[in-house]
Amino acid sequence: MREEQGQQPPSSISITKGKAWIFGDNINTDIIIPFRFKSRTNDPYEMAKYAMYGYDPNFHKKISKDDIIVAGRNFGGGSSREQAPVALKYAGISAVVAESFARIFYRNSFTIGLPALEIPAIKDKVKQGDELSIDIAKFIVQNLRTKETFKAQVVPKFMRQMLLEGGLVEYYKKYKQFPWIQT
Amino acid sequence: MAGEIFIVDVDLAMAQDSTGPLAIRSLNEMDIDKIYDPSKVLLVIDHTFPAADEKVANLHHLMRDFASNHSCMLVEGSISHQYILEYLASPGMMILGADSHTCQAGCVGAFATGIGSTEIAAVWATGQLWLRVPESIKIKLSGNFDKGVFARDLILHYIGEVGEDGANYKSLEWKFSNDYTKKKFSMDSRACISNASMECGAKISVFPIDEITTKYLNENPRSYNNSNNTDNNMQVRIDVQPGDSAQYKDEFEIQCDKVEPQVSGPDNVDKVHSVDELTNLEIDQAFIGSSTNGRIEDLEVAAHILKGRKVHKNTRCVVTPASVKVYEEAIKRRYVEIYLESGAVFTNATCGACVGTHLGALGENEICISSSSRNFVGRMGALSSKVYLASPATVAASAIEGRIADPRRYFQSR
Repeated sequence: MREEQGQQPPSSISITKGKAWIFGDNINTDIIIPFRFKSRTNDPYEMAKYAMYGYDPNFHKKISKDDIIVAGRNFGGGSSREQAPVALKYAGISAVVAESFARIFYRNSFTIGLPALEIPAIKDKVKQGDELSIDIAKFIVQNLRTKETFKAQVVPKFMRQMLLEGGLVEYYKKYKQFPWIQT
Repeated sequence: MAGEIFIVDVDLAMAQDSTGPLAIRSLNEMDIDKIYDPSKVLLVIDHTFPAADEKVANLHHLMRDFASNHSCMLVEGSISHQYILEYLASPGMMILGADSHTCQAGCVGAFATGIGSTEIAAVWATGQLWLRVPESIKIKLSGNFDKGVFARDLILHYIGEVGEDGANYKSLEWKFSNDYTKKKFSMDSRACISNASMECGAKISVFPIDEITTKYLNENPRSYNNSNNTDNNMQVRIDVQPGDSAQYKDEFEIQCDKVEPQVSGPDNVDKVHSVDELTNLEIDQAFIGSSTNGRIEDLEVAAHILKGRKVHKNTRCVVTPASVKVYEEAIKRRYVEIYLESGAVFTNATCGACVGTHLGALGENEICISSSSRNFVGRMGALSSKVYLASPATVAASAIEGRIADPRRYFQSR
Protein backbone atom coordinates (compact mmCIF):
# COMPACT_ATOMS: atom_id res chain seq x y z
CA MET A 1 0.00 0.00 0.00
CA ARG A 2 1.59 3.24 -1.10
CA GLU A 3 0.72 6.56 0.43
CA GLU A 4 -1.09 8.49 -2.24
CA GLN A 5 -2.06 11.97 -1.26
CA GLY A 6 -5.22 13.30 -2.80
CA GLN A 7 -6.33 9.88 -3.97
CA GLN A 8 -10.06 9.14 -3.77
CA PRO A 9 -11.05 6.81 -0.92
CA PRO A 10 -11.91 3.25 -2.01
CA SER A 11 -15.29 3.54 -3.70
CA SER A 12 -18.39 1.86 -2.33
CA ILE A 13 -20.50 -0.11 -4.74
CA SER A 14 -23.51 -2.21 -3.95
CA ILE A 15 -21.98 -5.55 -5.05
CA THR A 16 -18.54 -6.61 -3.93
CA LYS A 17 -16.65 -9.84 -4.62
CA GLY A 18 -13.55 -11.07 -2.89
CA LYS A 19 -11.59 -13.87 -1.33
CA ALA A 20 -12.32 -14.81 2.30
CA TRP A 21 -9.82 -14.56 5.15
CA ILE A 22 -11.01 -16.55 8.16
CA PHE A 23 -10.54 -15.37 11.74
CA GLY A 24 -11.70 -16.66 15.12
CA ASP A 25 -13.63 -15.08 17.98
CA ASN A 26 -12.74 -11.87 19.86
CA ILE A 27 -10.51 -10.25 17.24
CA ASN A 28 -10.06 -6.96 19.10
CA THR A 29 -9.09 -3.52 17.87
CA ASP A 30 -5.56 -3.79 19.33
CA ILE A 31 -5.03 -6.74 16.97
CA ILE A 32 -6.59 -4.81 14.06
CA ILE A 33 -4.31 -1.80 14.61
CA PRO A 34 -2.02 -1.34 17.64
CA PHE A 35 -2.24 1.96 19.50
CA ARG A 36 1.40 2.92 18.90
CA PHE A 37 0.86 3.05 15.14
CA LYS A 38 -2.61 4.54 14.98
CA SER A 39 -1.76 7.28 17.48
CA ARG A 40 1.07 8.62 15.32
CA THR A 41 -0.72 9.40 12.09
CA ASN A 42 -3.90 10.96 10.75
CA ASP A 43 -3.45 9.46 7.25
CA PRO A 44 -5.70 6.49 6.39
CA TYR A 45 -3.16 5.07 3.91
CA GLU A 46 -0.53 5.05 6.64
CA MET A 47 -3.03 3.31 8.99
CA ALA A 48 -3.59 0.67 6.29
CA LYS A 49 0.04 -0.48 6.63
CA TYR A 50 -0.81 -1.82 10.08
CA ALA A 51 -4.12 -3.56 9.28
CA MET A 52 -4.33 -6.79 11.33
CA TYR A 53 -0.77 -6.18 12.56
CA GLY A 54 -1.44 -8.09 15.77
CA TYR A 55 -2.32 -11.15 13.71
CA ASP A 56 0.37 -10.76 11.03
CA PRO A 57 2.42 -7.59 10.48
CA ASN A 58 2.49 -8.39 6.73
CA PHE A 59 -1.26 -8.94 6.38
CA HIS A 60 -1.69 -5.77 4.30
CA LYS A 61 0.80 -7.12 1.74
CA LYS A 62 -0.80 -10.56 1.53
CA ILE A 63 -4.35 -9.49 0.77
CA SER A 64 -5.75 -8.52 -2.63
CA LYS A 65 -8.10 -5.64 -3.30
CA ASP A 66 -11.71 -6.40 -2.27
CA ASP A 67 -10.81 -9.38 -0.06
CA ILE A 68 -13.31 -10.07 2.72
CA ILE A 69 -12.76 -10.85 6.40
CA VAL A 70 -14.93 -13.62 7.84
CA ALA A 71 -14.81 -13.96 11.61
CA GLY A 72 -16.45 -15.47 14.66
CA ARG A 73 -18.01 -13.71 17.64
CA ASN A 74 -17.34 -10.20 18.89
CA PHE A 75 -15.23 -8.86 16.02
CA GLY A 76 -13.69 -5.48 16.86
CA GLY A 77 -13.96 -5.55 20.66
CA GLY A 78 -12.08 -3.16 22.91
CA SER A 79 -11.08 0.35 21.96
CA SER A 80 -13.30 2.89 20.17
CA ARG A 81 -10.59 3.50 17.57
CA GLU A 82 -12.17 4.34 14.24
CA GLN A 83 -8.70 3.71 12.81
CA ALA A 84 -9.52 -0.04 13.04
CA PRO A 85 -12.17 -0.17 10.28
CA VAL A 86 -10.32 2.62 8.43
CA ALA A 87 -7.10 0.55 8.32
CA LEU A 88 -9.01 -2.48 6.98
CA LYS A 89 -10.86 -0.42 4.35
CA TYR A 90 -7.79 1.40 3.06
CA ALA A 91 -5.75 -1.83 3.05
CA GLY A 92 -8.28 -3.10 0.49
CA ILE A 93 -10.72 -5.14 2.61
CA SER A 94 -14.17 -4.65 1.05
CA ALA A 95 -16.32 -6.06 3.89
CA VAL A 96 -16.26 -7.84 7.24
CA VAL A 97 -18.71 -10.68 7.81
CA ALA A 98 -18.84 -11.93 11.41
CA GLU A 99 -21.05 -13.94 13.73
CA SER A 100 -21.29 -10.83 15.90
CA PHE A 101 -19.60 -7.45 16.26
CA ALA A 102 -18.55 -5.39 19.23
CA ARG A 103 -20.78 -2.35 19.54
CA ILE A 104 -18.43 0.54 18.74
CA PHE A 105 -16.64 -1.24 15.89
CA TYR A 106 -20.01 -1.96 14.30
CA ARG A 107 -21.06 1.71 14.46
CA ASN A 108 -17.67 2.84 13.22
CA SER A 109 -17.78 0.49 10.23
CA PHE A 110 -21.02 2.02 8.95
CA THR A 111 -19.69 5.49 9.74
CA ILE A 112 -16.57 5.05 7.64
CA GLY A 113 -18.27 3.00 4.91
CA LEU A 114 -16.88 -0.48 5.55
CA PRO A 115 -19.72 -3.01 5.17
CA ALA A 116 -20.11 -5.02 8.40
CA LEU A 117 -22.54 -7.93 8.10
CA GLU A 118 -23.68 -10.01 11.03
CA ILE A 119 -24.49 -13.63 10.13
CA PRO A 120 -24.74 -16.36 12.81
CA ALA A 121 -22.49 -19.43 12.25
CA ILE A 122 -20.96 -17.92 9.07
CA LYS A 123 -17.49 -19.11 10.10
CA ASP A 124 -18.53 -22.74 9.57
CA LYS A 125 -19.92 -21.99 6.12
CA VAL A 126 -16.85 -20.39 4.59
CA LYS A 127 -13.33 -21.72 4.11
CA GLN A 128 -10.12 -19.72 3.79
CA GLY A 129 -9.86 -18.50 0.19
CA ASP A 130 -13.53 -19.05 -0.76
CA GLU A 131 -14.82 -16.46 -3.21
CA LEU A 132 -17.72 -14.48 -1.70
CA SER A 133 -20.16 -12.08 -3.29
CA ILE A 134 -21.90 -9.50 -1.11
CA ASP A 135 -24.90 -7.38 -2.03
CA ILE A 136 -24.49 -4.35 0.19
CA ALA A 137 -27.91 -2.92 -0.63
CA LYS A 138 -29.74 -6.15 0.22
CA PHE A 139 -27.34 -7.30 2.95
CA ILE A 140 -26.93 -10.74 1.37
CA VAL A 141 -23.73 -12.81 1.25
CA GLN A 142 -23.18 -15.67 -1.20
CA ASN A 143 -20.40 -18.24 -1.03
CA LEU A 144 -19.62 -18.71 -4.74
CA ARG A 145 -17.95 -22.09 -4.08
CA THR A 146 -20.90 -23.69 -2.27
CA LYS A 147 -23.59 -21.43 -3.83
CA GLU A 148 -25.06 -21.01 -0.36
CA THR A 149 -26.69 -17.65 0.37
CA PHE A 150 -26.87 -15.98 3.78
CA LYS A 151 -28.97 -13.05 4.93
CA ALA A 152 -27.33 -10.63 7.33
CA GLN A 153 -28.88 -8.94 10.37
CA VAL A 154 -31.03 -6.06 9.13
CA VAL A 155 -30.03 -2.54 10.16
CA PRO A 156 -32.05 0.71 10.06
CA LYS A 157 -32.46 2.27 6.62
CA PHE A 158 -30.39 5.34 7.47
CA MET A 159 -27.41 3.14 8.31
CA ARG A 160 -27.63 1.28 5.00
CA GLN A 161 -27.96 4.55 3.09
CA MET A 162 -24.92 5.94 4.86
CA LEU A 163 -22.99 2.78 4.00
CA LEU A 164 -24.02 2.89 0.33
CA GLU A 165 -22.83 6.48 0.08
CA GLY A 166 -19.42 5.39 1.41
CA GLY A 167 -19.85 6.55 5.01
CA LEU A 168 -20.91 9.52 7.08
CA VAL A 169 -18.49 12.05 5.57
CA GLU A 170 -19.47 11.16 2.00
CA TYR A 171 -23.17 11.18 2.94
CA TYR A 172 -22.86 14.61 4.51
CA LYS A 173 -20.93 15.98 1.55
CA LYS A 174 -23.75 14.90 -0.76
CA TYR A 175 -26.85 15.78 1.29
CA LYS A 176 -25.50 18.46 3.67
CA GLN A 177 -27.20 16.76 6.60
CA PHE A 178 -26.63 13.71 8.78
CA PRO A 179 -28.51 10.54 7.80
CA TRP A 180 -30.27 9.96 11.13
CA ILE A 181 -32.12 13.27 10.81
CA GLN A 182 -34.59 11.59 8.40
CA THR A 183 -35.71 9.04 11.05
CA MET B 1 -38.30 0.53 25.10
CA ALA B 2 -35.10 -1.42 24.55
CA GLY B 3 -34.20 -1.65 20.87
CA GLU B 4 -35.75 1.68 19.89
CA ILE B 5 -33.58 4.32 18.27
CA PHE B 6 -33.65 7.91 19.50
CA ILE B 7 -31.86 11.07 18.56
CA VAL B 8 -30.43 12.44 21.82
CA ASP B 9 -29.15 15.83 22.93
CA VAL B 10 -25.59 15.43 24.15
CA ASP B 11 -24.36 17.33 27.25
CA LEU B 12 -20.66 16.57 26.85
CA ALA B 13 -18.75 15.32 23.78
CA MET B 14 -15.13 14.34 24.35
CA ALA B 15 -12.25 13.22 22.16
CA GLN B 16 -8.68 12.45 23.19
CA ASP B 17 -5.31 12.64 21.46
CA SER B 18 -5.64 9.35 19.60
CA THR B 19 -9.22 9.93 18.42
CA GLY B 20 -9.50 13.75 18.29
CA PRO B 21 -7.19 14.27 15.30
CA LEU B 22 -9.36 11.95 13.17
CA ALA B 23 -12.52 13.76 14.36
CA ILE B 24 -10.97 17.07 13.32
CA ARG B 25 -10.00 15.56 9.96
CA SER B 26 -13.60 14.40 9.40
CA LEU B 27 -15.00 17.85 10.28
CA ASN B 28 -12.60 19.41 7.79
CA GLU B 29 -13.56 16.92 5.08
CA MET B 30 -17.23 17.77 5.64
CA ASP B 31 -16.27 21.44 5.46
CA ILE B 32 -17.94 22.13 8.82
CA ASP B 33 -16.29 25.06 10.55
CA LYS B 34 -18.82 25.81 13.26
CA ILE B 35 -19.23 23.95 16.55
CA TYR B 36 -22.79 23.68 17.85
CA ASP B 37 -21.92 24.49 21.47
CA PRO B 38 -18.20 24.79 22.40
CA SER B 39 -19.03 24.64 26.14
CA LYS B 40 -20.02 21.00 25.63
CA VAL B 41 -16.92 20.02 23.69
CA LEU B 42 -13.92 18.61 25.56
CA LEU B 43 -10.53 17.76 24.05
CA VAL B 44 -8.12 15.84 26.24
CA ILE B 45 -4.45 15.20 25.61
CA ASP B 46 -3.85 12.18 27.81
CA HIS B 47 -2.84 9.05 25.94
CA THR B 48 0.72 9.97 25.03
CA PHE B 49 1.32 12.96 27.30
CA PRO B 50 3.75 14.67 27.15
CA ALA B 51 4.37 13.81 23.51
CA ALA B 52 6.68 10.81 23.15
CA ASP B 53 7.94 11.87 19.72
CA GLU B 54 7.55 14.35 16.88
CA LYS B 55 4.63 12.58 15.19
CA VAL B 56 2.57 12.61 18.39
CA ALA B 57 3.59 16.22 19.08
CA ASN B 58 2.21 17.29 15.70
CA LEU B 59 -1.17 15.67 16.44
CA HIS B 60 -1.25 17.34 19.87
CA HIS B 61 -0.59 20.62 18.12
CA LEU B 62 -3.56 20.01 15.80
CA MET B 63 -5.80 19.51 18.86
CA ARG B 64 -4.57 22.63 20.68
CA ASP B 65 -5.17 24.74 17.58
CA PHE B 66 -8.67 23.31 17.18
CA ALA B 67 -9.56 23.90 20.84
CA SER B 68 -8.26 27.44 20.66
CA ASN B 69 -10.00 28.28 17.36
CA HIS B 70 -13.35 26.97 18.58
CA SER B 71 -13.06 28.03 22.26
CA CYS B 72 -13.81 24.54 23.53
CA MET B 73 -12.47 22.89 26.67
CA LEU B 74 -8.91 21.59 26.49
CA VAL B 75 -7.32 19.44 29.20
CA GLU B 76 -3.75 18.18 29.16
CA GLY B 77 -2.13 15.60 31.40
CA SER B 78 -5.13 14.04 33.16
CA ILE B 79 -6.84 10.95 31.76
CA SER B 80 -10.13 12.09 30.21
CA HIS B 81 -12.38 9.74 32.18
CA GLN B 82 -10.85 10.72 35.50
CA TYR B 83 -11.05 14.44 34.65
CA ILE B 84 -14.69 14.04 33.64
CA LEU B 85 -15.41 12.31 36.95
CA GLU B 86 -13.53 14.90 39.01
CA TYR B 87 -14.95 18.01 37.35
CA LEU B 88 -17.75 17.52 34.82
CA ALA B 89 -19.98 14.45 35.12
CA SER B 90 -23.34 14.67 36.87
CA PRO B 91 -26.25 12.29 37.36
CA GLY B 92 -28.51 12.20 34.31
CA MET B 93 -25.99 13.75 31.92
CA MET B 94 -25.64 12.39 28.40
CA ILE B 95 -21.90 12.00 27.86
CA LEU B 96 -20.41 10.68 24.62
CA GLY B 97 -16.70 10.22 24.15
CA ALA B 98 -14.43 9.01 21.39
CA ASP B 99 -12.93 6.52 23.81
CA SER B 100 -14.41 3.20 24.85
CA HIS B 101 -13.91 3.78 28.58
CA THR B 102 -16.19 6.85 28.55
CA CYS B 103 -18.66 4.48 30.26
CA GLN B 104 -16.75 5.20 33.49
CA ALA B 105 -19.02 8.20 34.21
CA GLY B 106 -21.86 5.74 34.88
CA CYS B 107 -20.38 5.65 38.40
CA VAL B 108 -22.16 8.97 39.16
CA GLY B 109 -25.33 7.98 37.32
CA ALA B 110 -24.58 9.57 33.95
CA PHE B 111 -25.51 7.93 30.63
CA ALA B 112 -21.97 7.72 29.28
CA THR B 113 -20.69 5.68 26.38
CA GLY B 114 -17.97 5.46 23.75
CA ILE B 115 -18.32 6.16 20.03
CA GLY B 116 -15.92 6.75 17.13
CA SER B 117 -14.14 9.87 15.88
CA THR B 118 -16.39 10.84 12.96
CA GLU B 119 -19.51 10.42 15.08
CA ILE B 120 -18.07 12.67 17.79
CA ALA B 121 -17.38 15.17 15.00
CA ALA B 122 -21.07 15.00 14.09
CA VAL B 123 -22.00 15.64 17.73
CA TRP B 124 -19.68 18.64 17.83
CA ALA B 125 -21.43 19.96 14.71
CA THR B 126 -25.04 19.40 15.82
CA GLY B 127 -25.14 18.60 19.55
CA GLN B 128 -26.99 15.38 18.75
CA LEU B 129 -26.55 11.72 17.82
CA TRP B 130 -28.67 8.60 17.38
CA LEU B 131 -28.57 5.93 20.08
CA ARG B 132 -30.32 2.61 20.50
CA VAL B 133 -31.92 1.99 23.89
CA PRO B 134 -29.97 -0.89 25.44
CA GLU B 135 -31.41 -3.91 27.25
CA SER B 136 -30.49 -3.93 30.94
CA ILE B 137 -28.73 -6.42 33.15
CA LYS B 138 -29.12 -6.04 36.92
CA ILE B 139 -26.26 -7.06 39.22
CA LYS B 140 -27.01 -7.11 42.92
CA LEU B 141 -24.05 -6.90 45.30
CA SER B 142 -24.08 -8.17 48.87
CA GLY B 143 -21.60 -8.75 51.71
CA ASN B 144 -18.14 -7.24 51.92
CA PHE B 145 -14.73 -8.02 50.46
CA ASP B 146 -12.12 -9.90 52.44
CA LYS B 147 -8.93 -7.96 53.17
CA GLY B 148 -6.79 -7.76 50.02
CA VAL B 149 -9.80 -8.06 47.67
CA PHE B 150 -11.09 -5.02 45.77
CA ALA B 151 -13.57 -3.70 43.21
CA ARG B 152 -11.24 -4.73 40.36
CA ASP B 153 -11.39 -8.35 41.49
CA LEU B 154 -15.18 -8.17 41.46
CA ILE B 155 -15.46 -6.84 37.92
CA LEU B 156 -12.80 -9.27 36.63
CA HIS B 157 -14.76 -12.08 38.27
CA TYR B 158 -17.96 -10.92 36.53
CA ILE B 159 -16.24 -10.62 33.12
CA GLY B 160 -14.79 -14.10 33.58
CA GLU B 161 -18.33 -15.38 34.13
CA VAL B 162 -20.05 -13.66 31.19
CA GLY B 163 -17.20 -13.34 28.65
CA GLU B 164 -15.81 -10.47 26.57
CA ASP B 165 -19.14 -9.95 24.83
CA GLY B 166 -21.34 -10.94 27.77
CA ALA B 167 -22.82 -7.43 28.04
CA ASN B 168 -22.33 -6.31 24.42
CA TYR B 169 -24.92 -3.58 23.59
CA LYS B 170 -26.33 -3.90 27.13
CA SER B 171 -26.64 -1.59 30.09
CA LEU B 172 -25.28 -2.84 33.42
CA GLU B 173 -27.17 -1.62 36.50
CA TRP B 174 -25.39 -2.17 39.80
CA LYS B 175 -27.50 -2.51 42.96
CA PHE B 176 -26.64 -2.93 46.62
CA SER B 177 -28.54 -5.44 48.75
CA ASN B 178 -28.12 -3.29 51.85
CA ASP B 179 -26.48 -0.18 53.33
CA TYR B 180 -23.59 -2.20 54.72
CA THR B 181 -22.46 -3.26 51.24
CA LYS B 182 -23.24 0.14 49.73
CA LYS B 183 -20.91 1.94 52.13
CA LYS B 184 -18.02 -0.28 51.06
CA PHE B 185 -18.26 0.98 47.47
CA SER B 186 -16.47 4.33 47.39
CA MET B 187 -16.66 6.52 44.28
CA ASP B 188 -13.17 5.29 43.27
CA SER B 189 -14.36 1.67 43.46
CA ARG B 190 -17.51 2.45 41.49
CA ALA B 191 -15.43 4.25 38.84
CA CYS B 192 -13.19 1.18 38.50
CA ILE B 193 -16.21 -1.08 37.94
CA SER B 194 -18.01 1.24 35.51
CA ASN B 195 -14.77 1.72 33.57
CA ALA B 196 -13.85 -1.98 33.35
CA SER B 197 -17.42 -2.91 32.34
CA MET B 198 -16.30 -2.04 28.80
CA GLU B 199 -14.30 -5.27 28.78
CA CYS B 200 -17.52 -7.30 28.59
CA GLY B 201 -18.93 -4.92 25.98
CA ALA B 202 -21.30 -2.90 28.19
CA LYS B 203 -22.71 0.22 26.55
CA ILE B 204 -23.23 1.88 29.91
CA SER B 205 -22.54 0.73 33.48
CA VAL B 206 -24.53 2.65 36.03
CA PHE B 207 -24.47 2.91 39.83
CA PRO B 208 -27.41 4.12 41.90
CA ILE B 209 -27.40 7.81 42.76
CA ASP B 210 -27.13 7.75 46.54
CA GLU B 211 -25.52 9.57 49.48
CA ILE B 212 -22.04 8.48 48.34
CA THR B 213 -22.70 10.14 44.96
CA THR B 214 -24.01 13.31 46.61
CA LYS B 215 -21.07 13.49 49.00
CA TYR B 216 -18.59 13.05 46.13
CA LEU B 217 -20.26 15.75 44.04
CA ASN B 218 -20.38 18.15 47.00
CA GLU B 219 -16.70 17.60 47.76
CA ASN B 220 -15.72 17.90 44.10
CA PRO B 221 -17.71 20.81 42.65
CA ARG B 222 -18.45 20.64 38.93
CA SER B 223 -16.36 23.24 37.15
CA TYR B 224 -14.03 23.93 34.30
CA ASN B 225 -11.44 26.62 34.93
CA ASN B 226 -10.68 27.81 31.49
CA SER B 227 -11.26 31.42 30.57
CA ASN B 228 -12.18 30.25 27.07
CA ASN B 229 -15.23 28.60 28.46
CA THR B 230 -17.94 31.08 29.27
CA ASP B 231 -21.17 29.16 29.41
CA ASN B 232 -20.84 25.90 31.23
CA ASN B 233 -23.92 24.05 32.33
CA MET B 234 -22.32 21.14 34.13
CA GLN B 235 -24.25 21.60 37.37
CA VAL B 236 -27.32 19.72 36.12
CA ARG B 237 -28.31 16.97 38.51
CA ILE B 238 -31.16 14.68 37.69
CA ASP B 239 -32.09 11.86 40.01
CA VAL B 240 -32.39 8.95 37.58
CA GLN B 241 -33.66 5.70 39.09
CA PRO B 242 -35.20 2.68 37.38
CA GLY B 243 -39.01 2.78 37.41
CA ASP B 244 -41.27 0.02 38.73
CA SER B 245 -41.85 -1.24 35.21
CA ALA B 246 -38.11 -1.62 34.47
CA GLN B 247 -37.40 -4.89 32.69
CA TYR B 248 -34.18 -6.84 32.92
CA LYS B 249 -32.77 -9.19 30.33
CA ASP B 250 -30.72 -10.90 33.01
CA GLU B 251 -30.08 -10.66 36.76
CA PHE B 252 -27.00 -11.64 38.74
CA GLU B 253 -26.11 -11.63 42.40
CA ILE B 254 -22.52 -11.43 43.60
CA GLN B 255 -21.54 -12.03 47.22
CA CYS B 256 -18.47 -9.88 47.69
CA ASP B 257 -17.03 -12.06 50.47
CA LYS B 258 -16.82 -14.97 48.03
CA VAL B 259 -14.66 -13.04 45.55
CA GLU B 260 -10.94 -13.86 45.61
CA PRO B 261 -8.07 -11.87 44.11
CA GLN B 262 -8.41 -12.38 40.35
CA VAL B 263 -5.83 -12.35 37.57
CA SER B 264 -6.91 -12.05 33.95
CA GLY B 265 -4.89 -13.07 30.95
CA PRO B 266 -2.95 -13.25 28.86
CA ASP B 267 -4.44 -11.93 25.58
CA ASN B 268 -8.12 -11.83 26.62
CA VAL B 269 -9.77 -10.10 29.55
CA ASP B 270 -12.29 -12.91 30.08
CA LYS B 271 -9.51 -15.44 30.73
CA VAL B 272 -9.86 -14.98 34.48
CA HIS B 273 -8.05 -17.05 37.12
CA SER B 274 -7.93 -16.96 40.88
CA VAL B 275 -4.49 -15.61 41.88
CA ASP B 276 -3.44 -19.00 43.33
CA GLU B 277 -3.40 -20.53 39.85
CA LEU B 278 -0.63 -18.20 38.66
CA THR B 279 1.50 -17.46 41.72
CA ASN B 280 4.72 -18.89 40.31
CA LEU B 281 4.75 -16.86 37.10
CA GLU B 282 7.79 -14.56 37.02
CA ILE B 283 7.24 -11.01 35.80
CA ASP B 284 9.42 -8.33 34.18
CA GLN B 285 7.20 -5.35 34.95
CA ALA B 286 4.42 -4.34 37.32
CA PHE B 287 2.24 -1.38 36.29
CA ILE B 288 -0.13 0.46 38.62
CA GLY B 289 -2.16 3.07 36.79
CA SER B 290 -4.67 3.83 33.99
CA SER B 291 -8.26 5.06 34.08
CA THR B 292 -9.31 1.64 35.39
CA ASN B 293 -7.10 1.69 38.51
CA GLY B 294 -5.00 4.84 38.82
CA ARG B 295 -7.07 6.70 41.42
CA ILE B 296 -6.00 7.76 44.93
CA GLU B 297 -7.59 4.69 46.52
CA ASP B 298 -5.42 2.54 44.22
CA LEU B 299 -2.28 4.54 44.96
CA GLU B 300 -3.04 4.21 48.68
CA VAL B 301 -3.17 0.41 48.41
CA ALA B 302 0.09 0.41 46.44
CA ALA B 303 1.75 2.59 49.10
CA HIS B 304 0.47 0.32 51.87
CA ILE B 305 2.12 -2.70 50.28
CA LEU B 306 5.33 -1.04 49.05
CA LYS B 307 6.01 0.80 52.32
CA GLY B 308 9.28 -0.38 53.85
CA ARG B 309 9.77 -3.01 51.14
CA LYS B 310 11.82 -3.22 47.95
CA VAL B 311 10.68 -3.97 44.42
CA HIS B 312 12.23 -7.29 43.29
CA LYS B 313 15.58 -6.89 41.53
CA ASN B 314 14.32 -8.50 38.30
CA THR B 315 11.16 -6.40 38.15
CA ARG B 316 10.43 -2.83 37.11
CA CYS B 317 7.54 -1.19 38.94
CA VAL B 318 5.81 1.83 37.34
CA VAL B 319 3.17 3.89 39.15
CA THR B 320 1.16 6.34 37.02
CA PRO B 321 -1.65 8.45 38.52
CA ALA B 322 -4.84 8.89 36.50
CA SER B 323 -5.00 12.68 36.87
CA VAL B 324 -3.19 15.77 38.07
CA LYS B 325 -5.52 15.83 41.07
CA VAL B 326 -4.57 12.26 42.01
CA TYR B 327 -0.89 13.13 41.43
CA GLU B 328 -1.09 16.10 43.81
CA GLU B 329 -2.88 14.05 46.45
CA ALA B 330 -0.23 11.30 46.21
CA ILE B 331 2.45 13.92 46.90
CA LYS B 332 0.46 15.40 49.77
CA ARG B 333 -0.02 12.01 51.39
CA ARG B 334 3.70 11.24 50.91
CA TYR B 335 3.03 8.11 48.85
CA VAL B 336 5.59 9.24 46.28
CA GLU B 337 8.40 8.95 48.83
CA ILE B 338 7.29 5.39 49.60
CA TYR B 339 7.32 4.45 45.90
CA LEU B 340 10.76 5.94 45.30
CA GLU B 341 12.24 4.31 48.41
CA SER B 342 10.90 0.94 47.24
CA GLY B 343 12.58 1.36 43.86
CA ALA B 344 9.40 2.04 41.87
CA VAL B 345 9.11 4.77 39.23
CA PHE B 346 6.42 7.46 39.68
CA THR B 347 5.39 9.12 36.41
CA ASN B 348 3.21 12.02 35.38
CA ALA B 349 -0.53 11.40 34.90
CA THR B 350 -1.21 9.82 31.49
CA CYS B 351 -2.51 6.62 29.92
CA GLY B 352 1.19 5.78 29.44
CA ALA B 353 2.11 2.13 29.75
CA CYS B 354 -1.52 0.96 29.34
CA VAL B 355 -1.35 1.71 25.62
CA GLY B 356 2.27 0.63 25.14
CA THR B 357 3.55 3.83 23.66
CA HIS B 358 5.76 5.34 26.37
CA LEU B 359 6.59 5.19 30.12
CA GLY B 360 6.71 1.41 30.36
CA ALA B 361 6.39 -0.35 26.99
CA LEU B 362 7.22 -4.07 26.89
CA GLY B 363 9.93 -5.79 24.82
CA GLU B 364 9.92 -9.23 23.16
CA ASN B 365 8.60 -12.01 25.43
CA GLU B 366 8.35 -9.76 28.49
CA ILE B 367 5.63 -10.39 31.06
CA CYS B 368 3.78 -7.60 32.86
CA ILE B 369 1.20 -7.66 35.60
CA SER B 370 -0.91 -4.55 35.34
CA SER B 371 -3.86 -2.77 36.91
CA SER B 372 -4.62 -1.22 33.50
CA SER B 373 -7.62 -1.89 31.30
CA ARG B 374 -6.59 -4.51 28.73
CA ASN B 375 -4.23 -7.43 28.15
CA PHE B 376 -4.73 -7.80 24.39
CA VAL B 377 -1.92 -9.08 22.13
CA GLY B 378 0.70 -6.35 21.77
CA ARG B 379 -1.32 -3.94 23.92
CA MET B 380 1.70 -2.78 25.94
CA GLY B 381 4.42 -3.35 23.33
CA ALA B 382 5.92 -6.35 21.51
CA LEU B 383 3.46 -8.85 20.03
CA SER B 384 5.21 -11.62 21.97
CA SER B 385 4.87 -9.81 25.33
CA LYS B 386 2.17 -10.95 27.76
CA VAL B 387 -0.03 -8.84 30.03
CA TYR B 388 -1.94 -10.07 33.07
CA LEU B 389 -4.54 -7.81 34.70
CA ALA B 390 -5.17 -7.58 38.43
CA SER B 391 -6.01 -5.16 41.24
CA PRO B 392 -3.37 -2.61 42.31
CA ALA B 393 -2.85 -4.71 45.48
CA THR B 394 -2.02 -7.85 43.49
CA VAL B 395 0.23 -5.82 41.17
CA ALA B 396 2.13 -4.22 44.09
CA ALA B 397 2.55 -7.57 45.88
CA SER B 398 3.82 -9.07 42.61
CA ALA B 399 6.30 -6.20 42.16
CA ILE B 400 7.90 -7.10 45.50
CA GLU B 401 8.01 -10.83 44.91
CA GLY B 402 9.06 -10.69 41.23
CA ARG B 403 6.28 -13.10 40.32
CA ILE B 404 2.51 -13.04 40.46
CA ALA B 405 1.65 -12.89 44.15
CA ASP B 406 -1.38 -13.12 46.43
CA PRO B 407 -1.84 -9.70 48.07
CA ARG B 408 -3.85 -10.96 51.04
CA ARG B 409 -0.84 -11.64 53.24
CA TYR B 410 0.12 -7.94 52.99
CA PHE B 411 -3.10 -7.05 54.78
CA GLN B 412 -2.54 -9.20 57.88
CA SER B 413 -1.71 -7.09 60.90
CA ARG B 414 2.04 -6.54 61.09
